[in-house]
Amino acid sequence: MTDASRMIAPVRRPSWLPTGLIRLVDTPLNATLTLLVAAVLVWAVPPLARWAVFDAAVLPATPETCRAAAGACWSFVIAKHSQILFGIYPLDERWRPALVCLGLLALLAWSVRPSAWRPRLGVIWLVMLLAIQILMGGGVLGLTPVPTAEWGGLPVTLILTVVAIGGGFPLAVLLALGRRSDLPAIRTLCTVFVEATRALPLLSILFIASIMLPLMVPEALLPDKLMRALIALLLFAAAYMAEVIRGGLQAVPKGQYEAAAALGLGYWRTQRLVVLPQAIAISIPALTNTIIVMIKNTSLVLVVGLFDLISSGKAALADPAWSSPAIETYVFISAIYFVLCFGFGRFAEAMERRNKASRP
Amino acid sequence: MSFAQTSAPADSAVELRGVHKWFGDFHALRGVDLRVAPGERIVICGPSGSGKSTLIRCINQLERHQDGEIVVNGVRAGSEPRQLNAIRREVGMVFQSFNLFPHLTVLENCVLAPVSVARQNRAEAEARAMALLERVRIPEQAHKYPGQLSGGQQQRVAIARSLCLDPKIMLFDEPTSALDPEMVKEVLETMIGLANDGMTMLVVTHEMGFARQAADRVVFMDQGQIVESAEPDAFFESPRHERTRAFLGQLMH
Repeated sequence: MTDASRMIAPVRRPSWLPTGLIRLVDTPLNATLTLLVAAVLVWAVPPLARWAVFDAAVLPATPETCRAAAGACWSFVIAKHSQILFGIYPLDERWRPALVCLGLLALLAWSVRPSAWRPRLGVIWLVMLLAIQILMGGGVLGLTPVPTAEWGGLPVTLILTVVAIGGGFPLAVLLALGRRSDLPAIRTLCTVFVEATRALPLLSILFIASIMLPLMVPEALLPDKLMRALIALLLFAAAYMAEVIRGGLQAVPKGQYEAAAALGLGYWRTQRLVVLPQAIAISIPALTNTIIVMIKNTSLVLVVGLFDLISSGKAALADPAWSSPAIETYVFISAIYFVLCFGFGRFAEAMERRNKASRP
Repeated sequence: MSFAQTSAPADSAVELRGVHKWFGDFHALRGVDLRVAPGERIVICGPSGSGKSTLIRCINQLERHQDGEIVVNGVRAGSEPRQLNAIRREVGMVFQSFNLFPHLTVLENCVLAPVSVARQNRAEAEARAMALLERVRIPEQAHKYPGQLSGGQQQRVAIARSLCLDPKIMLFDEPTSALDPEMVKEVLETMIGLANDGMTMLVVTHEMGFARQAADRVVFMDQGQIVESAEPDAFFESPRHERTRAFLGQLMH
């Protein structure tokens, strides 16, 4: 015992340097890299700080403040935040999309806790979607009707993200199971759907949904443009997530199916209680990647004329009174995307930690 | 339960008549006949690839046989889901590689089927599972995950998990082959305890000590056929077939 502890005694180091810092200079390579990084920081940080903070125009939020300042024009973002966030939604009614955004974000934050995962969570989300439709669309309860063509900005991005991914995920699970089904018809159907969807760029799927479909089918028979884009995104997300989940399914050993069968579990119980929890846990890193890409993909709806966050930002920039502070606007929008994607990344990380608890 | 297919005499727990099984071109079972009485303990041995695992996997229909007849507790094994469910409700199985569900705790492993398939009340199922974990002498591990247990402990959990459904027949497919030597004993002791309680057991194993101590009959298989079937004493002392003698000779060395 004493021999062993002597053998693994810590490496000697100067006591005046903390362990973290000594790694910065302990070899010639590390010392060179440290100097290089320090040089880049000295070169880049001061001008950036001057632009973003010290020389920046903030208040009062008027074009004059910006013209007088040498740095970033945050006044524009402050003055136009409502238009960037809510697009061309009628001015007097903007409390409605604001409420929708807050509600969605609050419910998202509430839903990520494992203790909330009960069947009633699904019911709560359905009620939420209905409430969104009523609040955004109006026409009932004395709310002024607002057609989806006037919806825009953050609520559109959030709705697209939540519905495409939240609705795409169960569909993806079914597609993944379907591709491994014993029934040839189901297997072929799922395989063809996944392969066809993956073979097309998202842009062309959105064009088909919003421009070509109305040419072939009378517009009165079709759901509106937002709904069509939503379905297109949902199907696209489902096809990609299905392949990731299928990979997880393949990693579940055959013995798990046999043990479930020997216990008398049928197909669906085996999948739901035994196979899918393991397959999805295995797929989390790849699934996170796919989902984060899908969050950002929602911005592509701007090419079919829907006002998501980026298009409403662009629209706000068109005001001739301001000198088009595009960088500042995009920094603001990027920050929102970053919060969404980073937040999801953290959630996925927590899930991985939770699963590791059962695998020492 | 009323099943029309009660073609076997009620006094046999398992009956196989002329069972054939192919894996592609490989003829795994070549006309196997075997009758197991209720409460009987049978050890099946034989060289690898002799079809002994396939045989017991056909009994709970993890493998479907292609010819012949299998009757378990009066229910004929067939393609109907009702027949399959009726058989699996009565037959428990323990695997070489344990096959516990790694994402569930020991207790959750035990109550999964009773609660979701047999529709038992969760509290009652948990009480019953705890009693069985007590019996396999690991109640203190109930809230751990399988990955935190040793192989021997995992296999004892697997036995308890099967017993939770009150099976009438237990199948063991090389239950100690994946274990470190020092853990074989604890699993065999659990199985001997089960045998002493009168459980009908079919055990594929090379543990001849277990066969001598607990089996009513030893069945030797080779190339998809039952070559010899005898009481343990007769089987080990005076095997009648040359192939049995050769196999036993290899085991001894």
